[in-house]
Order: sequence, then C-alpha cells, then structure tokens
Amino acid sequence: MKVVMDEKQIATSLVDLTGRIAAAVPDGTDIAVIGIRSRGEILAQRLARSLSARLGVTVPCGTLDITLYRDDINEPRGNTQPTVRSTEIGFDINEKIIILADDVLYTGRSARAALDALIDLGRPKAIRLAVLVDRGYHELPIQADFAGCTVDIPGEQTVEVRLTETDGIDQVIVE
Amino acid sequence: MRKQNQEKFRWNRKHLLGLKDLSRQEIEFILDTAGGFEQISTRSIKKAPTLRGKVVVNLFFEDSTRTRNSFTLAANRLSADVVEFTKKSSSVSKGETLIDTARNLEAMGIDIVVIRHNAGGAAKLLSRHIDACVINAGDGFDEHPTQALLDVYTIRQARQTLEGLKIGIVGDIAHSRVARSNIWAMTKLGAEVILVGPPTLMPAQVSRLPVRVSYSLDAVLEELDVINMLRIQFERLGSNPFPSVREYSHFFGLTVDRMKRAKCDLTVMHPGPINRGLEIESQVADGPNSVILRQVANGLAVRMAVLFLVNQGAAEQAKKKA
Repeated sequence: MKVVMDEKQIATSLVDLTGRIAAAVPDGTDIAVIGIRSRGEILAQRLARSLSARLGVTVPCGTLDITLYRDDINEPRGNTQPTVRSTEIGFDINEKIIILADDVLYTGRSARAALDALIDLGRPKAIRLAVLVDRGYHELPIQADFAGCTVDIPGEQTVEVRLTETDGIDQVIVE
Repeated sequence: MRKQNQEKFRWNRKHLLGLKDLSRQEIEFILDTAGGFEQISTRSIKKAPTLRGKVVVNLFFEDSTRTRNSFTLAANRLSADVVEFTKKSSSVSKGETLIDTARNLEAMGIDIVVIRHNAGGAAKLLSRHIDACVINAGDGFDEHPTQALLDVYTIRQARQTLEGLKIGIVGDIAHSRVARSNIWAMTKLGAEVILVGPPTLMPAQVSRLPVRVSYSLDAVLEELDVINMLRIQFERLGSNPFPSVREYSHFFGLTVDRMKRAKCDLTVMHPGPINRGLEIESQVADGPNSVILRQVANGLAVRMAVLFLVNQGAAEQAKKKA
C-alpha cells in the first residue's frame, strides 16, 4: 500500500482544480457540477461548494447513476454486481456548462457511460471532465479536462480514493 | 440502511415466478432497484440503452391490456425489442402446447419471456423447459408478482415502510392471484394482512395463509392503514357467490360513508380496472386518499427493474457456468 495523496495534497489539489475550472468558465455562463455515483458524488459536492465561493453564485450539484449505461452490464466481472441507484439532478442541464466529476479516470468507460446518460437528460452547452486522479491506461479516447494529479498506474494495481465523508479520512492509496 | 443492504446483496435469479419463494431481502432489493428506474419516465428522453439487443416476448394466453402494455413500455424504455404474442393469432389455436410454443419462440433467439396463463404453475413449468428468463405476469389463481411488487412499492412510497401496517385486502380473494402475491409480499415486509370478503369468496385453505380473516368490512375498517380493493371478476365467477351486486356493494364497497369512519390517512389502492360504484365509489377512487394512478405509474418502474434484474441474473448464472 502506497499513499499517493494525503489530506493536505488533496486539499491543495481541490483548490487548484477550483481555480482552473473557474478560470475556464466564461463570464455569465451557468455552470453546474455532476458527480458520477458513488465516489464522484462527494467530490462533486466539494467542488460545487468551492466553486460557489469562488464565483459568488450558487453552483448547483447533482449525482448521476450510470449503471443503465455501462458497457459491461451483460457480463458482470469480478466480485461486484452493478446496482441501480437513482440519478439525482434537481436542475435543468440544458445550456449549462457541466463539470462531470469522478474520483479516478482509468479506462474511460465510466466517463463514456456518463456522457451518454447526461445527453439523455438534455443538451448542455459543454461537458468538462474533472477527476482527482488520472491514472493513465485509458481504453477509450477520453481525457480529463481537469485532473488533480496525474500518475501512470498499471492495471494490476488498484487506486482507492478515500474521502472523509464516507471513509473518515482524505487519502489516495495504491495497492 | 438501504444502501448497505444493496452493497452486500447479490441478485442471482434469472426468473421471477412468484413472491412466495423470495426472501424479504430479495423483495426489498427489487424495490430499491425500481427506485432507480422511476426518473426515466419523467425526463424528455424516456429511454436507456440497458437491454439493447435483447428480445422480450409477451406470451399472453389470457386477455390483458394494462399488464401487457406496462411490460411492453418497460421493455421499450430499456431499448429491448418486444414480440407480442396472443393466443388468438397463434398456433395455440391450432393445438400447439405451451412448451412447444415457447421452444419455437426460443429457437428465434429470445432472451426474456413474460407469460400470462390461465393455469397456475405455467410460468414455473416454462422456466424448466427453456433457457430464456421467465417473468410471471399472472398464472391461474397462483401469483401475479409484478402487481404485488408495484403495490408494496406504492405503499412504501406513501407510508415509508410496511412494518407494522394493517393492510386490508377486500373482495374476491378466492379467484385473485393479486391477493396471493400481495399476501406474500406484504407479510414478508412486516405488515399484517387482513382478508375481507364474504365466505364464498375466501379460498378453501385460507387458514394456512399468514393472515387474519374478516367476513365484515365494517368490523375491521377503523383499524386499517391501507386498503386494497380487489375487482369483482365477473368473468371468473362461475356460481353465484353473492345474491346481488347491490348487496355486495352494500357490505364490501368502499363508499364515501365508510371513508368517514376510516383513519383519515387511509391509503386506498385498487389493482384496476375499476368497477366504479361496485367495489369502490367514484369519489373515493378519485379522492385524496387514492394512490390508484400512482400504482400504474410505479408499475412501469417496477417492471423495468424486474426485466433488468432477470437479465442480470442470467448473466450471473452464465458466469458461474463458465
């Protein structure tokens, strides 16, 4: 087990992400943050809070469940079975810039599913991908627009993002 | 609580034949899963790609509009292709057996069969003879699991939990598969079920069911939290179980008058189609306590969840074999 990011690094990284996202949003454009269930949910809430403070407006926040859009739904692998939960997006995504938030970008398949799921909900002005860790080894032509930390971690290792809200600690570890 | 419940649990069934054999956890898992499907019906693009490339056959040997349409729409919303099969327009009218009909359909490469049949146990029989997933949409007087699931889903939506609720099922219990599936689902989720109706419409083995029985609606009305008014199924009533429709209505109909004596938050349900003025008065069916139309809307979410889950179960079983 190796700690890739500790509490302090995660905090710095979120400040940095907030600054870069805020700088990239043109004045007068509506912005919203949507997290991919389940780890992206908390990251999205934190980003929405810090972006609200930075931009001086309330940045809405939602949660997207991508289970119905996954490409491996008919071939469950490993020990996990995909579970359908609800998508909770209480605002109109049309014409907004959507910051799609997830904890880790790896194969890019979750992001692909999330793009399809979002587009079934409306037509945003733009969708940008923000992740805490981009671990490389993408399998689809999908890149993060904003990444807190970029490291190459091969497939046999797992990256786990632990967040205070669910795990009692802010930490990114590699096993 | 619910989240934890979901994370540890794994769905393994490729058929939904009835609720009698399902555990409380399995029933709750279906209801939780259905929650995730509800929003599909409320957005502008009412479709998800989940069952793309899958073929669902509606194999209906009995008339049905509501259940059939609900299954068709649920399958369409998950992007499956649907083949409609009715008894009248098929080889069954030429003497083909149930199993042969199903095997022939299966030879065309189908994935899920939704079956309604007038013989109890038809769905189970079918599941033993074909590889496709089987969903029971009503078999004889045995079970109608998706109706009961949408009923308990609706109750959970209205009352948060079924734990400790007193639920009256009123009417023709003997000829009602809805009542049977309801009894299993509701008691497993912690409710007390009271069957209400004339003795002629109670099943012969009623004492073996985990329920209380009352031959008078007025005797139990005031203690009920939920009331499910069954339809008088004239097409199934051979003998004369009650002297007249007016008399039945007088003793067992849910009227405005009776509503005044019931708990003010009584949840009023009906599996449809309604005989207005017979088992339920119009003002009650359309009144503030009624969740009848919500039942129909929830039916879609529940059936989407069931289609999704049996497909998942099939994938799980295929993985185990490999």
